Amino acid sequence: MSKVLPLAEAVRRHVPDGASVALGTALECLIPFAAAHELIRQQRRDLTLVGPISDICFEQLIAAGCVRAIVAAWVGNVQHGAGYVFRRALEQGIPRSLTIEDHSNFSIALALEAAAQGVPYLPTRSLLGSDILARNPRLLETSCPFTGVPLVLVPALQPDVAILHVQRADSAGNCHAWGPTGVSAAAGKASRAVIVVTEEVVEPAVIRSDPNRTFLPGFLVTAVVHLPGGAHPSPVQGHYNRDHAVYADWHARSVTAEGAAAWLDEWVRGARDHAGYLAKLGRERFERLRPRAPQLAAPVDYGC
Amino acid sequence: MTPDYSPAELMVAAAAREIRDGEVVFVGMRLPLLAFCLARATHAPGAVGLFENGVVRDSAALRFLVTMSDGPNVTGALWCTEMREVMGLMQAGRVTLGFIGGAQVDRFGNLNTTYVGPPERALRLPGSGGAPDIASLARRHVVIMAHERRRFVERVDYVTSPGHGDGGDWRARTGLPGGGPSAVITTLGLFRFDPVTREMVLASAHPGVTIDQVRAETGWSLRLADPVNETPPPSGDELAMIRRFDPEGFWTRSRR
Repeated sequence: MSKVLPLAEAVRRHVPDGASVALGTALECLIPFAAAHELIRQQRRDLTLVGPISDICFEQLIAAGCVRAIVAAWVGNVQHGAGYVFRRALEQGIPRSLTIEDHSNFSIALALEAAAQGVPYLPTRSLLGSDILARNPRLLETSCPFTGVPLVLVPALQPDVAILHVQRADSAGNCHAWGPTGVSAAAGKASRAVIVVTEEVVEPAVIRSDPNRTFLPGFLVTAVVHLPGGAHPSPVQGHYNRDHAVYADWHARSVTAEGAAAWLDEWVRGARDHAGYLAKLGRERFERLRPRAPQLAAPVDYGC
Repeated sequence: MTPDYSPAELMVAAAAREIRDGEVVFVGMRLPLLAFCLARATHAPGAVGLFENGVVRDSAALRFLVTMSDGPNVTGALWCTEMREVMGLMQAGRVTLGFIGGAQVDRFGNLNTTYVGPPERALRLPGSGGAPDIASLARRHVVIMAHERRRFVERVDYVTSPGHGDGGDWRARTGLPGGGPSAVITTLGLFRFDPVTREMVLASAHPGVTIDQVRAETGWSLRLADPVNETPPPSGDELAMIRRFDPEGFWTRSRR
């Protein structure tokens, strides 16, 4: 059965007000910006965002007033450092007040991994002696029942929905992704629902031609959205490189709340949908982001 | 006379020299991206770089990087995997050196990138990323940051990434598996840690920087090595390589 839906419909059905949403889980690549923009257009409210390092995707959702809480390690603009929007929200409650549950990248990974594996927590030796441990009441220090060494227990975190960008999927949601994937697979396995946004929809046989490349099997996937360019300005290996100018523009304009709102009016609310966003960007600019040359993997033989 | 390199170029060269040939290095954001490329292309052709997004490389990136997830850091990689794999390897002691940056540091190398100022009126910084994991788990780590008095404080306002705590055997008592910070590279000098007290010690001042200047920008009574050397400037070859990987000077020559 086909799970393919238009982006607006997938987001409307599976990301309600108040949902916890994992996105941007591959760190700086494969960020589902188009889905975040659609959440902004649909004026979603009271979301809890989950992810290790969100880059400006979380900034934009916060600026649009969609977010009530964040569970993350780092929030800002990777290219430029500071996240003005995040700071304004936490320090001044602009545009809305925001709470943060501070983690490290590894503790986010372990929280999602615990949920993915169906255990209440996973232990780590990271964060001992840190104020992340001291001030996050959900992280618990204990000692190993076998060896006595100090351990931090990271409780399982089950988001309501994960939005994951991939290179190719079939209509049932079986998908391939390549390049680094951060905590995306754990997020997909941990979440109650998964929206896969894909550059290409392929025949089922394409996925079965390389099963070691399978990122998530379709039985974990709730909806498939076919949306080429849907991760722009973040990079998608083999499809397009990172559009650094967008991050610089956001950095310059988000210094003030008015500037951030104007950016969203221009690029998100002013574009009816992702096609409108890409049209505003311009085909020529997008084509300049394409890989300079293909770099095909050597074929592997699954013959029996 | 103005030197023909920028402070950031000197810091990248100094960071690269911390990488020994054959080491497994956990590479952080920003300047370490360049330091790994430089070390790989010069004195450490056997170094392997792990990145928290899941990239593992045994070669320099193909071209300029803004982030570790940029295409040129992925093409030709040795392994593209998940964060839990690279973090897990580090937790298992397989990573000998990690790099992290900080906004605020104290005399025992504890780092803060989360909250600055008194709790009720704290300024919020972006947060931790993978830095506390590197600080906890790598066999040793090197800190890279700007040197200003407001950043070099007696005690950090918030320990995002643990250094040597309050000194001595604090890390062992706390149960941290990694060895802690081995060096701090700043815009003014290079610091090491006393093997017993674990206090930061000025090992070398960068060319043109006086010890008094370093002291003036440090918020505690700074200990000095005997003698305090001059940090070797980047060689012509090192500069050429840095500029190959940062041709527009995005990381090393623009003011940021």
